[in-house]
Amino acid sequence: MTVTTPGTRTPAPAAPARDTPATPYSDLRIVPARHPGRWVATAGVAVLLAMVVSSLLTNDRWEWDVVAQYLTWPSILSGAWATIRLTAAASVVGFALGTVLALMRLSRSPLLVGVSWAYTWVFRSVPLLLQLLLWYNLAYLYPHLSLGVPFGPGLLWFDTLGVIDKFGAAILGLGLSQAAYSAEIVRAGILSVDQGQQEAAASLGIPRRRQVTRIVLPQAMRSIVPTAVNEVIGLLKGTSIVYVLAYGELFYIASVIYGRNGKVVPLLIVAAIWYLVLTTLITIVQYYVERHYARGAVRTLPPTPLQRLRWSSAVAVARLTGRPVPPHVPPAFAARARVGVLTRTARTSGGPA
Amino acid sequence: MTATAPGTSARAVPRTTSHDGAAGRVEVHGLRKSFGTLEVLRDVDLTFEPGTVTVVLGPSGSGKSTLLRAINHLEKVDAGFVTVDGDLVGYRRRRGRRGDVLQELKEREILGQRTRIGFVFQSFNLFPHLTVLENVVEAPLSAQGRPRAEVEPEARDLLARVGLADKADARPRQLSGGQQQRVAIARALALRPGVLLFDEPTSALDPELVGEVLEVIKDVASTGTTLVVVTHEIGFAREVADNVVFMDGGVVVEQGPPDQVLSRPRHDRTRAFLDKVL
Repeated sequence: MTVTTPGTRTPAPAAPARDTPATPYSDLRIVPARHPGRWVATAGVAVLLAMVVSSLLTNDRWEWDVVAQYLTWPSILSGAWATIRLTAAASVVGFALGTVLALMRLSRSPLLVGVSWAYTWVFRSVPLLLQLLLWYNLAYLYPHLSLGVPFGPGLLWFDTLGVIDKFGAAILGLGLSQAAYSAEIVRAGILSVDQGQQEAAASLGIPRRRQVTRIVLPQAMRSIVPTAVNEVIGLLKGTSIVYVLAYGELFYIASVIYGRNGKVVPLLIVAAIWYLVLTTLITIVQYYVERHYARGAVRTLPPTPLQRLRWSSAVAVARLTGRPVPPHVPPAFAARARVGVLTRTARTSGGPA
Repeated sequence: MTATAPGTSARAVPRTTSHDGAAGRVEVHGLRKSFGTLEVLRDVDLTFEPGTVTVVLGPSGSGKSTLLRAINHLEKVDAGFVTVDGDLVGYRRRRGRRGDVLQELKEREILGQRTRIGFVFQSFNLFPHLTVLENVVEAPLSAQGRPRAEVEPEARDLLARVGLADKADARPRQLSGGQQQRVAIARALALRPGVLLFDEPTSALDPELVGEVLEVIKDVASTGTTLVVVTHEIGFAREVADNVVFMDGGVVVEQGPPDQVLSRPRHDRTRAFLDKVL
């Protein structure tokens, strides 16, 4: 945000002018430093930006009317919805299993450590596209699935094709490979928590499970969240790979429509706009989740954009009307207004001298 | 494990005024511990009588912290054993096929034993994401399973006792070091332990904050809880301790009442250490 007005730049030297009477510099005007390089760079980028915008507007081949028409097309909306569902389900599967794998990896049993390591090794090594096709063809390997005693009789029988449809295969493929990455993210987060925290919990006799869920994981979240959101965004875009299973997510639907009407570029733009919108929503959620887990890690939480807006406008009103800043505005923000007043008094008192 | 059976300490120990009647008698027998090739504890025998304050002195690396951590089983020892009020810490005596054996306790049982032994760390180790009040009530709620309605007023009383009644809703990082350590003491007291261990509680503090923490420890000492304090504060030892233990090189060099150990030490090593510290 560039809300700094010229008035707020000069006050710092003005303050001592009040306390220490008549230093030899107090009457001199301050000339801001010049930055010619910055001006040239700004002008250059402005020209490039103007070129991009004008070509977007003047080149008919973008067919913005077609884009607008299909942006809210029912099947596109259902495709976007399918993408959201895939992302959500795969994230849940990925991070739930990933947390289990991370805890296995940190356990003292060599078998658990080994299995967790091997899982990560396999699922990180095999391309996602290949994994998806394998899961989709699971019925070839195992036509029926059964629940029952290991190596013993089965109790419940399922038809593999009935359980693992396109959506199921997509969730399995995306979620299981995501788990391999999430495991490492969660493990790194747990390792980032100070050893003393678990020691303190143990010395207080807090049960083991509670040590993890109440003391360690909430603190680990602070370093897990930024990377995890990165992964979720990757997953959101990664769902487009599911089009190989002809599952009706956003990208597949867009490709089906342009296959029929030949409007390839406008429909790609429609899909791109939806991916942009969804990623933006995730980013906003990330901001607030990070803020939530920052409690206790910082002395005072930074203001949200909304608070910032409200406080700045209160300060602006106060400056224009000359009334005091309302008390709900924190001092750091109110300082801007006070600075403005100070400058004015400094100038007026400097005038007659 | 060369641990022998615990001596039956069912002698008539005078009950003190500890909050819930736990006497808090700690016995340490033949404790040995090595980290790699380094022997940190070499056959340490000590008894801490109920309701007494013991200050453990010694140069760094003398095994003081390891001794404290061994008492509440945060550190597993190589040999020897610790009893609190006659109960072995970390093991249970049981009948095996060929005579009696010491059965290692499950983690859950050890966690249960720890609620009788409070521990205050040099670096406070408060939970930064929880409020001060939540820090204090966490263990009574989850480790002792007591109801919140009972625990919370008690926690507020404890915070008032350490002079932090108005900080209940603050988070640890918003407090000074001295305030954080006072919260840590309140947190340890919330379990009503018979024994409270302090591992250099003022070493991480700015000099002007040391006094407020020592005042709180003095106040706790007056309640009859058994205290074991590892510290370099000689003045505190002189004023509050019933017993001073001097350790060096993993062994107890000498122990006795403060005016004897601090003013008329019998060993050269003690004298050399005190000359450096004072």
